[in-house]
Amino acid sequence: MTFPDTAPNAVQPPEAIRIDSLHKWYGDFHALRDINLTVREGERVVVCGPSGSGKSTMIRCINRLERHEQGRIFVEGHELTDNTKDITAIRREVGMVFQQFNLFPHLTVLQNLTLAPLRAKKMPKRDAESLAMQYLERVKIPDQAGKYPTQLSGGQQQRVAIARSLCMKPRIMLFDEPTSALDPEMIAEVLEVMIDLAREGMTMICVTHEMGFARTVADTMVFMDNGEIVESAAPGNFFEAPKSDRTKLFLSQILSH
Amino acid sequence: MNDIQKPQSQQSVIANIAMFALLVLGCVWIVLRGEAGLGYNWQWYRVPDFFYRVIDGEVIWGPLIFGLIVTLEITSISLILTVILGLVVALLRLSDSLSGRWLARGYLEAIRNTPLLVQLYLFYFVLSPIFGLDRYWTAVLTLAIFEGAFAAEIFRAGILAVPKGQWEASASLGLSRFDCYRDVVLPQAIRLILPPLTGQGISLIKHSSIVSVIAVFDLFTEARNLVSDTFMSFEVYFTVGAMYLALIIPLSILVSVIEHRMRAK
Repeated sequence: MTFPDTAPNAVQPPEAIRIDSLHKWYGDFHALRDINLTVREGERVVVCGPSGSGKSTMIRCINRLERHEQGRIFVEGHELTDNTKDITAIRREVGMVFQQFNLFPHLTVLQNLTLAPLRAKKMPKRDAESLAMQYLERVKIPDQAGKYPTQLSGGQQQRVAIARSLCMKPRIMLFDEPTSALDPEMIAEVLEVMIDLAREGMTMICVTHEMGFARTVADTMVFMDNGEIVESAAPGNFFEAPKSDRTKLFLSQILSH
Repeated sequence: MNDIQKPQSQQSVIANIAMFALLVLGCVWIVLRGEAGLGYNWQWYRVPDFFYRVIDGEVIWGPLIFGLIVTLEITSISLILTVILGLVVALLRLSDSLSGRWLARGYLEAIRNTPLLVQLYLFYFVLSPIFGLDRYWTAVLTLAIFEGAFAAEIFRAGILAVPKGQWEASASLGLSRFDCYRDVVLPQAIRLILPPLTGQGISLIKHSSIVSVIAVFDLFTEARNLVSDTFMSFEVYFTVGAMYLALIIPLSILVSVIEHRMRAK
């Protein structure tokens, strides 16, 4: 499958996310060091790096699951501040998929999907349910609507989690190691859904170690280590001609087997 | 191997039952001997009159029934207030508001670290004249405020036991804090909260007997009055003790049933 190349001379799409000299500390631990990143509408960014490098922390700052101490973050032109109302409004534009799925265990699959549209968007129940069924079909599990999350396999749960985020019709999707908690045979079904989403032009930031997926969908590869962005490049350059030694080492470790 | 062990364990059960029976008989013998020495005049035949009398074919309820009704009233109203107060204080303690957290903290420390009897006197002699409360409502509020402090900690523990990922998922979907509590966190926390909260309800029934010191006519006050009228302290207190037991044992069983069910899940 092919994606339209972002021609360097074409008019660039507007910025979806801009991160300016972001710093974050956990106590004395400097978790993020001077992060600068711009993601444009429709751009697909894959973030990789060793564990503890700050990948998750960075994307969790974008919907303010983590507070940043220094620097600025703009989402769709709105700056993230302490203002709770703004944060909630921004979160409705930004979907997130977690490593551990985080489905609501006391609600059925359908209720998991309709909760946010019903509450946050005050959507009528019938509309919310037909919307939910539409997305369940897209992730290919409409027949599981009446089940509880624990009755599903890991891959199915993660697809429900993706559908749940999509029900809010977000403009940006964040994926925080979405396949890391899955059994190997279930990874493909989740990646397939993500590739579909990428094909439709969703703005995405994915933290993942799935380099095959990265090559397929990424417009930009970002490599992080020790809390900073070491290298950021188009996948062709990134995989074939990494500039930094740290990137080379990481890629050799992750691609060697 | 089971075939060898089984007779042994049966034997030890029989031995245990025999031991228990011997102990009970011993206790009964000690009590009876002591009682014989006292020369106490047992008048059990008068006790039914304390429940009800039938005069000219009409049932007239006795003081113990009136007392029981008041006790049930006080505990039910207090229990409702306890649950509301406990939830509000727990949410305040978990809120982002510094003043809210300190308020909740101050309330918890003050109430949990002073005796209930002292609180009741303070409320009765100091606060109730100021706010114009009668004895009955002073009793209800004191109990609710006392038990509410413990209920708040039960709620808080239950809420904190809900995994962090549930909060993050709700937040990332753009749910407000209120919606997150109502639809995601509390429905999951309630399973953990229910058994200890029922236990708190049991404490409430037991603690309600203390309102007799401000002359609210609950079960225990009626009992004390009966004793001072009739000097039948053994019969009356035994009866009242049995009434509390009859009230509370079903609740205790309910707690173990709920706990058992939760563990099964």
